[in-house]
Amino acid sequence: MDEPTWPPRPPGGWRHDRHEHWRHNHAERLAGLTHWWRGTCNGGPLRRDSGDRLIGGVAAGLARWRGLNPTTARIVFVVVALWSQGWLFPFYCIGWLLIPGGAAASIPDRGNGGLPGTADATDAAGGEAAGSGSIWSRARQDSRGIALALALASLLAVFMVLAGALNDELIQTDGWPQVITIACLVLIWRNAPGSEQAALRRLVAPFGGLGSDTDRRATLIRLGLACTLLVIGTGWLLTTHESLAVLQPLGGFVLILGAAVILLGPWWLRVARDLVLERQARARAEERADMAARIHDSVLQTLALIQRRADDPAQVTQLARVQERELRSWLFEGRAPGSMTEVSSLAEGIRRIQQDAEARHGVPVEVVTVGDCPLDDDLEALLAAAREAVVNAAKWSGAGVISLFAEVTDQDVEVVVRDRGRGFDPRAVPGDRKGMAESIHGRMDRHGGTVTVQTAVGEGTKVSLKMPYCAMSSSRSGA
Amino acid sequence: MTAVVPRVVLVDDHGIFRSGVRAELGCAVDVVGEADDVAPAIALIEQAQPDVVLLDVHLPGGGGAAVVSALRERLPEVRFLALSASDAPEDVIGVIRAGARGYVTKTIGTAELLDAIRRVASGDAVFSHRLAGFVLDAFAAMPDAAGGGPAVVKPSFDPELDQLTSREREVLRLIAQGYTYKEIARELYISVKTVETHVSSVLRKLQLSSRHQLTRWATERRLALCCPKLLHTVASCCRE
Repeated sequence: MDEPTWPPRPPGGWRHDRHEHWRHNHAERLAGLTHWWRGTCNGGPLRRDSGDRLIGGVAAGLARWRGLNPTTARIVFVVVALWSQGWLFPFYCIGWLLIPGGAAASIPDRGNGGLPGTADATDAAGGEAAGSGSIWSRARQDSRGIALALALASLLAVFMVLAGALNDELIQTDGWPQVITIACLVLIWRNAPGSEQAALRRLVAPFGGLGSDTDRRATLIRLGLACTLLVIGTGWLLTTHESLAVLQPLGGFVLILGAAVILLGPWWLRVARDLVLERQARARAEERADMAARIHDSVLQTLALIQRRADDPAQVTQLARVQERELRSWLFEGRAPGSMTEVSSLAEGIRRIQQDAEARHGVPVEVVTVGDCPLDDDLEALLAAAREAVVNAAKWSGAGVISLFAEVTDQDVEVVVRDRGRGFDPRAVPGDRKGMAESIHGRMDRHGGTVTVQTAVGEGTKVSLKMPYCAMSSSRSGA
Repeated sequence: MTAVVPRVVLVDDHGIFRSGVRAELGCAVDVVGEADDVAPAIALIEQAQPDVVLLDVHLPGGGGAAVVSALRERLPEVRFLALSASDAPEDVIGVIRAGARGYVTKTIGTAELLDAIRRVASGDAVFSHRLAGFVLDAFAAMPDAAGGGPAVVKPSFDPELDQLTSREREVLRLIAQGYTYKEIARELYISVKTVETHVSSVLRKLQLSSRHQLTRWATERRLALCCPKLLHTVASCCRE
C-alpha cells in the first residue's frame, strides 16, 4: 500500500488526490495489461522505483516517470547495453547514484490496494526519514568511500593500460567505461540506505558463498581449476598472437606493473585496511546501540515501575525478582531480555507482548493479527520496537486500553500501536528519553523499517511500524 | 425501524452473565426475555419477536449459528448481535455468515454495547475490532481476482462479492485498530454514514460470497489440529 510520499501534500489536498489515484488505478487495470509499451505515469519528479526493481530500479523509475511499461524499458536497456559496447553501465550506475530513490509510486499489484489510508497520510507528515535523497548526497561525505572508489578505478585503469599495450581492442573499448562503473558501484555499495543495502546483499548473496568457510574445499578446487584454465588460456592466446612480437613488450608490462604496485600498492592496502577497521567500528557502535536499547527496555523500565509502585512492597519485590531473573538469563545464558527466542511466528510474538504488558502494567491490550509469518531478524526488531511502543502507551498514556494491530501483507509487515490516552508533544520530549529515539526509531532504521508517530496532546497516540518483508516464504494460512 | 427503546432478548448459557448484562443495560433497552439454549431461544424469539437478539456464539445445543439460521427466514425483522468472550475465528465467521448483523466481545463497555444494539436495531452492521481482523484475514487468504490465483477458483455469481474494495479494507483495518466509526470518518475524511455503508457492504459480502475460499479458510482453521502451528494459533485464541 505504498503511496508516493513525495511531494508532501497539504492535509486538505488528500481527498481529491486519492480520488485521482483511484481512477488512475482502474485505468491501469483496464488498459495497462494490454499495452506492452504503456505503463503508468506517476506524473511526479524522476525517482528510482524501490518497489519494482531488478538492480537499482533506474529503468523502472524512468519508465514510470515517462509513463512506459517497465518491462519494455528494461528490455530496451539490455539491448542498448549490448549495442553500446558497455557504455550503458556507467550511465546506469551514475543514474543509480544521482536519482533519489525509494519514493516512486509502486502501484500495488494486488488489484485493489491502491487507496492511501491513514497510514499513508501520516507517512507524508513524518515518515520521510528513509529512502529519500540520492545516494550521491550521502556519498559526498564518505571520504573513505571516495578514496576506495578511486583506488579501485586506478587499479582497473592500470589493467587497461596493460591491455592497451597488449593491443587488445576488445578489452580496450569495453573496459574503459567500466572504470567509472566500478567507482560508482563502490560508492553505491557503501552509501545505499538500509533497505537498498538489504536488496543489494540479496543480489550478491550467491557470490558470497565463494568466501565462506563452509565449503572451503569446493572453493579451493574451483579457484585452482579457474587459475589453471586462465594460465592455459593466456598462454594459448600469447602463442597464437605472433608470439615473438608479443614477448618483447611483455618485459615492459612487467616493469610498468611493478612500478604501479610499488607506487600505489601501499595506498591500496591502506584503503582496504581502513575499510575493514571502519566496518568493525560500525559494528561495535551498532552493538552498543542495541545493548543500550535492551537495557532501556528491561532494566530502566523496571526501575521506573518500581519507583512508581514504591508503596507496594510485594509488587516491588516481584518486579525486582522478575528483573533479576531476566538479567541473569541475559548475562549467563546469553538470552537477551525481551528476546523472542522461543517464539517462532509473528502472531505468537504479538501475543507475548500482550501478555507481558498486561502482566506488568495491568493495562488490557486488545490484539488483532491479520495473517502470520515466521520471524527473522528484521521482524524480531519490529516486535521489539512494538513492545516498546506498547510499554510506552501503558506507562505514559493513561489510556484504559491499548490496541495492538499486526498485519502481514505481500510487501510488508505493519504493526500499529494505538491508545486514546493523553498523547504528547514530540518536540517536548527531553533528549535523554531513549524510548522513542533508540528503542523504536533507531531499531527500525537499523533494520530498514519505517516509523510513523501520530500524536497530539489530549488526542492519544498512534505508532505505525512498517518493515519490508518478502512474502515468498510467508506461510499465510489460506494462500 | 423500531421504537426508541429496542426490545431485546438475551441468549447465553451463563445465568450470571445474563443478569449482569440485564443490570448493565438497565432501562435503556427493554429486555423481553432470556434463554440459555438453542431450542428455548428459538421458541422465545418466535413468541416475543424482539428487535435485537444478543446471542452467545457458543451454546450447548448447536451454537449461536443454529439459532440464527433457524429463524432468519421466518423472522427477517429480528436482528442478531453475536456476543462472546473470545472465540475461534471460524465460529464467529460462521455466526455472521448464518445471518447475524454483528459481533462484539464481552469485554465491551456498557455505552458501546448500547450503541451496538441501537445500530443493529436500525439495520446497520456492527464489527468489533476482532471480527474486523478475522474478516481481513479471511478475505486476504483468498487470491485476488486480478492476480489469477489457482485455477480451481470457482467464482461467485457476482464477482464483486469475492473481494473487498480497498476502501472497505481501509475501514476494516481502522476498526481492527480500535477506532470508532466517528474516528474513522474523521481519519478518512468521509461521513459516519459512509463508514456504516462500507461496513454493511462488507457484511453483505461476508454473508453472500459463495467463493469457496471463504469456507475453505474456515475449514483450514478447523483442521488446524493437524498442523501444530495453526493449532497453537487457535489454542491461544481460545486462551485469551
